[in-house]
Amino acid sequence: METYTLIVLLLAATIRVATPLLLAAIAGLFSERAGVIDLGLEGKMLGAAFAAAAVSATTGSVWFGLGAGIATAVFLALLIGFACITHKGNQVVAGMAVTIMVVGLGPTLGLAWFGLGGQTPQLDGAGQRFTGIAWPGAAAAKEMPFPGLLYSELLSGQNLIVYFAAALVPLSAWIFYRTRFGLRLRAVGENPHAVDTAGISVNGLRYQAVIISGVLCGVAGTYLSTAASSGFVRDMTAGKGYLALAALIFGKWKPVPTLGACLLFAFTDALATRLQGVALPVVGVIPVQFILALPYVLTVLLLAGFVGKAVAPRAIGVPYSKEK
Amino acid sequence: MSDEAGSATAPGRNSDGAAGAARAPALELRAIDKRFGAVHANRAISFAVAAGSIHGLIGENGAGKSTLMNIIYGFHRADAGEILVHGRKVDITSPQGAIAAGIGMVHQHFMLVENFTVLENVVLGVEGGALLAGGLTAARRELEKLARDYGLEVPLDSMISELSVGLQQRVEILKALYRRAEILILDEPTAVLTPQEADQLFKMLGRLREQGKAIILVTHKLREIMAITDRVTVMRQGAVVAEVMTKKTSPRGLAEKMVGRAVLLQVDKCPATPGVALLSVTDLEVRDRLGVPRVKGVSFELRAGEIVGVAGVAGNGQSELLEALAGIREPSRGEIRLGGRELVREQLDARARRALGLAHVPEDRLRMGVVASFSAEANAMLGYHDRPRYGRGLFLDGAASLAGCEAKMKEFDVRPAQPALRISAFSGGNQQKLVLAREIDADPSVLLIGQPTRGVDIGAIEFIHRRLIALRDAGKALLVVSVELDEILGLADRILVMNGGEIIGELARAEATEEKIGLMMAGVRGEGGA
Repeated sequence: METYTLIVLLLAATIRVATPLLLAAIAGLFSERAGVIDLGLEGKMLGAAFAAAAVSATTGSVWFGLGAGIATAVFLALLIGFACITHKGNQVVAGMAVTIMVVGLGPTLGLAWFGLGGQTPQLDGAGQRFTGIAWPGAAAAKEMPFPGLLYSELLSGQNLIVYFAAALVPLSAWIFYRTRFGLRLRAVGENPHAVDTAGISVNGLRYQAVIISGVLCGVAGTYLSTAASSGFVRDMTAGKGYLALAALIFGKWKPVPTLGACLLFAFTDALATRLQGVALPVVGVIPVQFILALPYVLTVLLLAGFVGKAVAPRAIGVPYSKEK
Repeated sequence: MSDEAGSATAPGRNSDGAAGAARAPALELRAIDKRFGAVHANRAISFAVAAGSIHGLIGENGAGKSTLMNIIYGFHRADAGEILVHGRKVDITSPQGAIAAGIGMVHQHFMLVENFTVLENVVLGVEGGALLAGGLTAARRELEKLARDYGLEVPLDSMISELSVGLQQRVEILKALYRRAEILILDEPTAVLTPQEADQLFKMLGRLREQGKAIILVTHKLREIMAITDRVTVMRQGAVVAEVMTKKTSPRGLAEKMVGRAVLLQVDKCPATPGVALLSVTDLEVRDRLGVPRVKGVSFELRAGEIVGVAGVAGNGQSELLEALAGIREPSRGEIRLGGRELVREQLDARARRALGLAHVPEDRLRMGVVASFSAEANAMLGYHDRPRYGRGLFLDGAASLAGCEAKMKEFDVRPAQPALRISAFSGGNQQKLVLAREIDADPSVLLIGQPTRGVDIGAIEFIHRRLIALRDAGKALLVVSVELDEILGLADRILVMNGGEIIGELARAEATEEKIGLMMAGVRGEGGA
């Protein structure tokens, strides 16, 4: 039964890793489907992680932290929007610039406010973190490993943000394909001229998309610093924003396949953590560095060859102007 | 403009003289004025369009037609002037406003989302509620009714990308009608259609006229104006230079008004005396990046002293054929022989082919013919800059390149004759003249020309056609690819028609008619076909 427990724990770890990835990927989905490249995912998430931890530590409430995280990420998103939508700037440059700014700004502010070397204080008070919610009967279910363990370890005991992320996939699919807003959003990423001639504001739609991306990045960042760990540390996103972007491309800019990609990346990540120091048959112990590189190697391989042709929204990356 | 109002009659009748009840015109423009910086794009434009009539708007590129239409559709705001719809003054500041005023527009480049269905495209912007399901069902019912009423059948659940260009245009018209447009503007609607598709479009427009719609047809094709419009307004340099009843004018008269001087619509030429074959193509196949064959086993010969025209609806392999011949695109099979060499097997690139006497005027001038941000001087030697006359070793001879550019500008009447000016600041016609001058200057034996007069004004067209015929008479072999049937008919001694990547038929000029070529363009094999 040892293997079974191991697998359940591995899946539980997958869910934990996948949550911020999925939130960021869906955030990117909204932005990119509207035609705005979202290279700022990493920066928005990191900014939100810092703000959420700082506010939660100061006020003692994780909900204020969440609010601060979302507000920060939305602010950064609007910054990108202002540069790329209003002033037709280069979307790649704007996203990168925001990310680079936040990488430096977070720890600097942290040092000034808390004097802890750029970190935020440990969130150990009650209500300062998002913690797991035990479902009724979870403890009892543990007694009977199959299928009880699946219930107690996977379904039950996750925090609110995980459930939110899970609900987000069908929700966003519904928004994209069943609502007026979704139709217009997809149209503006494909042919903004068509949207403009239909009498709909291209910039208005793109701003809405960018703001939604900000909100979701805010939640993702808050998850990192107040749920997955207890406080902000320097560079804590560790490339998850870019990985989310890769997942979104791998998922061909569609919600459900994007979920699949996120789970796959998260699974390799969880597996890599498990494999550290474990002697495997034939190869023996694999060096830690190699194992940690695994998810990224997988990303490169998948994106380079196995995805097939991913067709991006046609107008992505092109600032809209009436003249062609 | 009161005489205009007098011609407005009840829907279904468009007799000009009938003294109908003095109904206000469907659309009236009063002294519309618009400047873009130093350019005076529209100068006090006034005209009126009656309900139940088709009004032609004709003028050369840059005459201000598009600006005017964009003002009516709310893309631009006029600096001064009024727009009246059914006698009421309206203030149109956005496409939304134009739609609300009952104005619909079919743009030259379709405003469709390619990977949406027809239905989704039609409802975009008027979905009828926050959720799609209900609106789509209602729209489907309404569109089926419209399709019946106007004969506008379109498969509602097909993706736009699966539809022919003619059907896509139908979707655009449906979009306007679905929004209850009473005034329909069509901007160069036949540019992408076969002659038969154009005829169908005109029949459809005729039906819309009977239903009392006011239609504005923006075009530069005189034939269309003569065929379908009731009245025509001619624009030149931002101003209305004439407004006449179509039946009281002639193509020649309209052309003169457009250009401001007498023009020859058809350049005179003597019959060709073809000599030896200079270029021969055998079983040429060209595939695109995805491996789809675009040119399928094409064979033909190009002889000295003849112009061969390649006709076809855009996108039927002509571009790929031209690029393969010029050495820009690698064919997957076949032979191209020129001057005793076999170009495909020897893998001669565009430069090596130039050295063998093959010159190429590309279809897409701004993308392939010139470097838009370079000066006219640099563009005038592009591709030939490594020839000894322009310098030695690593260095360019500035005086020689300047002199070369000045000579070409003089010979080809390029205006303004300023070698230092950026090429993108020249008009399309003058850019094309300079490109042509550059290619002819190298004294090629074979000249490939894609869309010789695309985006070129009528005056320059006449000049370019004359030069091409002079080259033919000098014993050169010319291959002209054009989507303008009139141009093919005017220039070519022999006509190849392409459809679906094949040469579907060949006609001598004497036996070629627009109808025959049109049928072949649509894929119907000619009896004498290949």
